[in-house]
Amino acid sequence: MTTEVAIVGIGMHEFGRTEGVSGMDQGVIAVRRACSDAGLSWEDMQFAFGGSMAAGAADTMVSLLGLTGLQFINVANGCATGGSALFSAYNTIRSGVFDLGIAIGFDKHERGAFRVNTKGSGLGDWYGASGLALTTQFFGMKINRYMHEYGITPSTLAKVSSKAFRNGSLNPMAWRRKPISEEEVANSPMLSYPLTQYMFCNPGEGGVALILCRADKAHLYTDKPVYLRAAAVRSRRFGSFEVLAPSIALEHNAGPTVDASKAAFEMAGIGPDDIDLAQLQDTEAGAEVMHMAENGFCEHGEQEWMIQAGETEIGGKFPVNTDGGCLANGEPIGASGLRQVYENVLQLRGDAGARQVPNNPKVAYTHVYGAPGISGVTILSR
Amino acid sequence: MARVPVTEGVFTWPSAKPALIGSRCVKCGNHMFPVQSGCPKCTGDTTETVELGRRGTLWTWTVQGFPPKAPPYAGDADPKTFKAFGVGYVELPGELKIETRLTEADPEKLKIGMEMEMVIIPLCTDENGNEVVTFAFAPVA
Repeated sequence: MTTEVAIVGIGMHEFGRTEGVSGMDQGVIAVRRACSDAGLSWEDMQFAFGGSMAAGAADTMVSLLGLTGLQFINVANGCATGGSALFSAYNTIRSGVFDLGIAIGFDKHERGAFRVNTKGSGLGDWYGASGLALTTQFFGMKINRYMHEYGITPSTLAKVSSKAFRNGSLNPMAWRRKPISEEEVANSPMLSYPLTQYMFCNPGEGGVALILCRADKAHLYTDKPVYLRAAAVRSRRFGSFEVLAPSIALEHNAGPTVDASKAAFEMAGIGPDDIDLAQLQDTEAGAEVMHMAENGFCEHGEQEWMIQAGETEIGGKFPVNTDGGCLANGEPIGASGLRQVYENVLQLRGDAGARQVPNNPKVAYTHVYGAPGISGVTILSR
Repeated sequence: MARVPVTEGVFTWPSAKPALIGSRCVKCGNHMFPVQSGCPKCTGDTTETVELGRRGTLWTWTVQGFPPKAPPYAGDADPKTFKAFGVGYVELPGELKIETRLTEADPEKLKIGMEMEMVIIPLCTDENGNEVVTFAFAPVA
């Protein structure tokens, strides 16, 4: 019999660019805010899992937070770093090892497109030298093929971005808080065909911390516990089409998102129809479109009419990326997956303010995807 | 001025008909590029080096519209003179799909399914004045 797990404290450092504050310090601020949210202090934490990609080893933050001797394990798992920290915290409590602990993610990246570490990714120098080491190219090529196969139009991509910036304008923690019209999105510079500048998210900065505990103790810390029903992380299989691949197989495999999604639904014992809102990886506008189907929320191609009809808007039938997603928040790799969970906790508590999804949503879903072909999914419920 | 490859072992050079160098799994026949020692399909640990096919069809594509960060990029990354270049995956029949630069960068002229052929293109000039070349695929006229 495993123990159920609740999220009882959430903390976030504003996403975007914060001059003079290190990525690590943004993580520390997120931890303090999460503790304050739960009415707890750092010395109450029995364990921590934390990670960043570019802002240092998470465990060194104990010298800023307090040397309490807790078990602190660093997590480094590409774009699923935050999701993996949460997965580890979830299972640490489920297994009964500890009752209460924290998952932490933070980051701070240089401006512009990610500079790919070709050696660290197992790629030869020729790859970057030849102009192929850009993650942006993968996103352009994946959605271009998808549009060709399933009839998604450029207008739908522009609508996704425009929605993200509109939702971001309602989110005080978001980086991009100015609405951008569909026309402005479509007419911004073409970075990687068919994706324009405003269809891409930017590497950025931010921090998120989530305090988890045994569900039967949740009432001690909050009157609005949110339960973690599933957390799954999956890597790629042979034949999937992934970022930074000098070659791909002739055989097609649907990719790690499909696997992670299925595993999470199985764990939670529910299906896509039971989900009231979702935060889906939107590294660029096309990713949100494709991930709707890969996560099981529609058939391939149905996104075209769903998005054109406004179904993924906050007031629509299936709201997606209610906090503005990566497009409006930017992507501090280590924190990005936890930001999605933070947003879902707010939505399920009914505390999302101007961007609150109406009709008291009960079940919410998060999905991260990224290099080198990894996906993380969580399902939360009230 | 000599023409030198961006790296040894990625394509045959010098050659009148240069081809990409990949691996073939001796157990299951799976093709890989670049050369590697183990097979991701069947987990076999023995591969042989093979020359890959020089012609295929365009599976997907994009256009690199901004200068890549240099390094690692060795080509012209000066925003004033940078020229957009095509990038795609070309499906080599019976083998695999290869990620490659394309000689065509006009979205109007790139179509999924079109016939493509491998060529060698100049990338930059090294410190010894040699022309550094890499591989690309060009539409078959």
